[in-house]
Amino acid sequence: MKAKVHVALKSGVLDPQGKAINHALHTLGFPAVRDVRQGKLIELEIDEKDPAKARAAIEEMCRKLLANPVMETYRIELVE
Amino acid sequence: MDAAVIVFPGSNCDRDIKVALAQSMGKEPHMVWHRDADFPKVDLIVLPGGFSYGDYLRCGAMAAHSPAMREVVARAGKGTRVLAICNGFQIATEAGLLPGALMRNAHLQYVCSDVNLRIETNQTEFMAKYRPGQVVRIPVGHADGNYQADEATLDRLEGEGLVALRYCDPNGTISSAANPNGAARNIAGVYNDERNVLGLMPHPERLSDAALGGTDGRLMIDSLVEALS
Repeated sequence: MKAKVHVALKSGVLDPQGKAINHALHTLGFPAVRDVRQGKLIELEIDEKDPAKARAAIEEMCRKLLANPVMETYRIELVE
Repeated sequence: MDAAVIVFPGSNCDRDIKVALAQSMGKEPHMVWHRDADFPKVDLIVLPGGFSYGDYLRCGAMAAHSPAMREVVARAGKGTRVLAICNGFQIATEAGLLPGALMRNAHLQYVCSDVNLRIETNQTEFMAKYRPGQVVRIPVGHADGNYQADEATLDRLEGEGLVALRYCDPNGTISSAANPNGAARNIAGVYNDERNVLGLMPHPERLSDAALGGTDGRLMIDSLVEALS
């Protein structure tokens, strides 16, 4: 099974990289951009056919390693 | 007194702290490879600066789960002193030894300079040789030293005297101009609740010998050696 894990900074946590990208987009002539938040996309391939079990395992991976719950949130997307 | 320095792939300040500890202790610390969870009983464990695992995923995230770190967490829970410097501080927060997180510097630049720091309290084994409120000058070198935690945690750290060091101006005044990385409330270092773990972004080992330009950092190492000998 394939899965995608989207990791993002919690809302309210300062994202200096997002701010820099926002600034660069303005400089490039995209003044309509109001805000940019940057995160990570982690793609996983795991040997598990049961979606519920796969999701539970990935939840644990997120808590233990893939995201830092102090400052990040995550969203799991099972692809197939 | 015996000490151990945990060496991760990508650590690069491990030998500096080894030299500083050896000068202060009069004998060499154990150098422990990150895969080795079975290292001698020691009074002090140092997590050194560097770029463990190339800072992959998040600074310190991979190192926090190495076999040696699982042992460090277990021993810290039983009272062993842990000094976590720079990347070591990042590893300690990722491992749950210390609250909060070290985020990308607010200005996005790597900062490499001497900074002024105010010793918030000297009532710990790490700081006994400083005066409370003393301003010391110690180098920092990092891209991810922006200490952040939620407001409740920051209030608790301040209220319980767990803030170890703050970035300040030469007179000891806390200001945003003296903050090199955007850290919340100018925090440069924090203790755990039991005060047996200290994490800090500045590098005391880089200013621990007159030949290096000063000894402001040496007092931290000497404080520990005196307390644990």
